[in-house]
Amino acid sequence: MADFETVTVETDLLICGGGMAACGAAVEASYWAKKHGLKVTVVDKAAMDRSGAVAMGLSAINQYVDLNSGNNTLKDYCDYVRNDLMGVTREDVVANIARHVDSTVHLFEKWGLPIWKDEEGNYVHEGRWQLMINGESYKVIVAEAAKNALAQADGEYFERVFITHPLMDGDKCVGAIGFSTRENKIYVFKAKATMVAMGGAVHVFKPRSTGEGFGRSWYPPFNSGASAFCTIYAGAEMTCQEVRFIPVRFKDAYGPVGAWFLLFKATATNAQGGNYMQENAAELDKWEPYSKVKPCPANLRNWLMMLDVMDGKSPIYMQTHEAIKAIADQAPDEKSAKRKLRELEAEAWEDFLDMTISQAILWASTNVEPEVKPSEIMACDPYFIGSHSGASGAWVSGPEDLQTDETKDEYCWGYANMTTVNGMFAAGDASGASSHKFSSGSHAEGRIAAKAAISYIVDNNDAPNVDQAQVDELTAAILKPMDTFAEHSAETTDPDINPNYIRPTQFMYRLQKIMDEYAGGVSSQFITSDKLLEKGGELLGYLKEDVAGLAAEDLHELMRCWENIHRMYQADAHMRSILFREETRWPGYYFRSDKPSIDNDNWLAFVNCTYDRSSGEWTMAKKPVKYITQ
Amino acid sequence: MPSYVNAEKCDGCKALDTTACQHICPNDLMVLNTETTKALNQEPSQCWECYSCVKICPTQAIEVRGYADFVPLGASVTAMRSTEDILWTVQFRDKGIRPKRFKFPIRKGVAEGQAQAFDHYPTGDDDLKSPTLMCEPAGLNTEDGPVKMDKVPTL
Repeated sequence: MADFETVTVETDLLICGGGMAACGAAVEASYWAKKHGLKVTVVDKAAMDRSGAVAMGLSAINQYVDLNSGNNTLKDYCDYVRNDLMGVTREDVVANIARHVDSTVHLFEKWGLPIWKDEEGNYVHEGRWQLMINGESYKVIVAEAAKNALAQADGEYFERVFITHPLMDGDKCVGAIGFSTRENKIYVFKAKATMVAMGGAVHVFKPRSTGEGFGRSWYPPFNSGASAFCTIYAGAEMTCQEVRFIPVRFKDAYGPVGAWFLLFKATATNAQGGNYMQENAAELDKWEPYSKVKPCPANLRNWLMMLDVMDGKSPIYMQTHEAIKAIADQAPDEKSAKRKLRELEAEAWEDFLDMTISQAILWASTNVEPEVKPSEIMACDPYFIGSHSGASGAWVSGPEDLQTDETKDEYCWGYANMTTVNGMFAAGDASGASSHKFSSGSHAEGRIAAKAAISYIVDNNDAPNVDQAQVDELTAAILKPMDTFAEHSAETTDPDINPNYIRPTQFMYRLQKIMDEYAGGVSSQFITSDKLLEKGGELLGYLKEDVAGLAAEDLHELMRCWENIHRMYQADAHMRSILFREETRWPGYYFRSDKPSIDNDNWLAFVNCTYDRSSGEWTMAKKPVKYITQ
Repeated sequence: MPSYVNAEKCDGCKALDTTACQHICPNDLMVLNTETTKALNQEPSQCWECYSCVKICPTQAIEVRGYADFVPLGASVTAMRSTEDILWTVQFRDKGIRPKRFKFPIRKGVAEGQAQAFDHYPTGDDDLKSPTLMCEPAGLNTEDGPVKMDKVPTL
């Protein structure tokens, strides 16, 4: 076996991840841990300043409920999320995040995040729930507060340590294991409670660009399914694994469209200038009642556009020049019109430069001046992102005080955001059925989960019982790809082509081809069926067996091996959940050709699944949807 | 090759344990070639073009050339990040279009490193079982309005 030193870290709360949810958890946990004499440890596969989906920055905060204004209530937010997800949402979890998110946003401002203000000093809204920010350093600022919090509470953080598995003591999580991506070290974290906050999953499906632009996914390629794998492997009940998200963005570079739609009131049309939201409106009758509520659910807006794409009416354009002209025309004179135009231009470019710089490069390289000509938009590829308009993640306990008599037995088992595995908590993309939390809500959810985890530790303050045999077995499994490479790579003249192993990049391509062609990816226009899924499942079975043949030349490649194993489990849960749900509910995310309609009588329900790591069997279950607002 | 390193400008961060770009890349792409003592992007097709390496490079040796499989040549977007703002320069493929330059603030009111996590608002109770988080309920509010936590759980 490869020669690796083992480093053992003992702690009270282990936070796995370094993004928004993990940073929120680090701050809140540190505050409460300090009072109770507990230790908090964060482990991150990257550098916290730029790890997670907000690494590049963001141009808006997408969840600010503004409860204080009196304009919005928690019920308003629940209504918005429930409708966007076609009725399938955990309102207790959504409301819990929504009632805390404003305080998180106010803390961001205290930590130095520039939030746009109008002349009266009020926040500038992009839409009802969205605030405009100068967000280039959003993540840097949030990480800074997290690191300062950890320092004040004598906590610690590890960067460049990649978590591969949770450590289990029966049905209880007692920490996690992984390896350094910088030196030959295995890390064993023994913890009384463990928070999973390692983001969503990208590159499970084949992206549209498969050359150098392979990495230009809308959600970051380094979100590689670690949250999904660690919760699945632990035996946690998972939910909404079929609810992927496909955003519509500017084509190829995937720059944001929110400011164009919400702030500049631009319209999107097909190549003939037809507005697909109007021309295809009759289609909405098939997706009632959700289709008739404003705003129209994101997946249905996608679907009306996709109908035009399938009809050959591409390219689809964002009419940027018309929107800018309409706003400039409202100015009282030519001078102020020019000034307004300059302002809008800067806002439009900042939108890209803050969060999708590639889009600015693409516009510059194709000589796009948005005030002069329209730009193409397009559906990206499918992502697993429970924090946005997807919903995949672990099934977590809701807060006790928000339950009704009808919901409490189904949705609450004591500690907020604890999964069905004792001692394992989830937040951000890792927790499911609580969409539309975005960056700010993920941070707030990390805080909620962290306080609950500290409470759990105070109530269950036993030293974690970590079986050395389990550590030895996992260590051997983690390092096996390096052993395989060392054993066989010299047998052929090109180490890439060897009958005894598969390198992780090819393994990823194989996974993506299966998902793309059988599970409704880009090349099949997001359409799948029971027969396709069954065949895809068979091919995924061979891939799963070939995990034993993965090979890694170095630590970087070893990380890639495990990232792709993580993705494969997300893929498995996804295909099984689509197959189990015998209807099409989110046509703009995926369409089941054998079950082409929504079936509210039978399927207004959650699809949950649980994996048994000892037998390799999955159990599927339908769980009732119960609202707390109605 | 999404982010690339200018061989002349890169000094391999000799004074540091690890190069700045290697330290920051969220996808573990930047590495130091120990023979040339220059950094490089080891897996360009996994690059998100997030510019984290560009922004942190102490010698401004890193730039981005758009993905060659869909971006025409000739344009550039360069960033200069200070502790308070960021300056962007956008140059078009068509040199007849005037380059654009933007300066945006990146922080407000708090110096780099000084973001104190706690104590911006009082915390209502010390009860681990209550739903009140650190700095709540006062922090749910804007600066001077009334406390709202009491009405919040009522839906």
